[in-house]
Amino acid sequence: MDKSIEGNRGTPFRVVVEEGKVREFARAVSSSNPAYVADGPQATSPATFLASSVFWQGPDASPWGDAPLNWERILHGEQEFVFPGAPPAAGTELTAEARIDRIYEKEGKRGGTMTFVELVTEYRDGSGSVVVESRSTIIETSQAPGS
Amino acid sequence: MTMTTLTWSDLEVGTEGPSWEDGPLTVTDFVRYQGASGDMNPIHHDTEFAQKAGFPKPFAVGMRQAGVLASWAADWLGAANVRRFKVQWREQAWPGDVLTYSGAITAKREEGGQRFVDVEMVVTRQTGGTHLKGWATFVVPA
Repeated sequence: MDKSIEGNRGTPFRVVVEEGKVREFARAVSSSNPAYVADGPQATSPATFLASSVFWQGPDASPWGDAPLNWERILHGEQEFVFPGAPPAAGTELTAEARIDRIYEKEGKRGGTMTFVELVTEYRDGSGSVVVESRSTIIETSQAPGS
Repeated sequence: MTMTTLTWSDLEVGTEGPSWEDGPLTVTDFVRYQGASGDMNPIHHDTEFAQKAGFPKPFAVGMRQAGVLASWAADWLGAANVRRFKVQWREQAWPGDVLTYSGAITAKREEGGQRFVDVEMVVTRQTGGTHLKGWATFVVPA
């Protein structure tokens, strides 16, 4: 892992909390909670909904840059979402910015060094306030997880 | 599960949410989540790909169960009331698994004129193994 990427920021990108995507997501997590399928702005987005936004961002939005990643050795170890108020309602337009917040190492229990990378994405509403902060902890192991 | 409107006095340290079973898991469940989220990693649905990566077969998408757990907690304490939700993955979940979602209140707090409960949760496989652990904070409306 190239530690010089710590502090790297991606280009801010637009994320819309789309009503239909919220419903589709709620169904995919086996939810029948009516709060997720209410009409338009009355629908709350599920707490982990914005984890999806990384799959729909442009290449410049990623703070990884050209750092080579060994995907066979990478695990998603931990994921946290913090909401200063209620999770964003359907229809909310957000601007997201991702950064490599922290990189550190720990010795693995079965030998080998594990590298931890904390990727933080802040989602701001039209007034500029952070409405969701996502913190993903990604672990690079010294051997492939399946081996 | 049924949804109730809980009040501050209903929630004590040790109060448990109504535990819930999901499964047996199918690859269709994984694909449905993958389509909804946009994470099309073939390791969750392509047997040949999973085996080449050293796994016996495709395994569950970790974020799917994180989402199920968040929704379980939302059913209990209110979808709009969540203020923090965190998960840590432990052992993989596999097709055929029946997962049990459960959790309990670990703290009650008042801060800045608002009342909060902290919750610890766990998703357990039918083997007794832990698939994921979770922590959340919910505001309790007056």
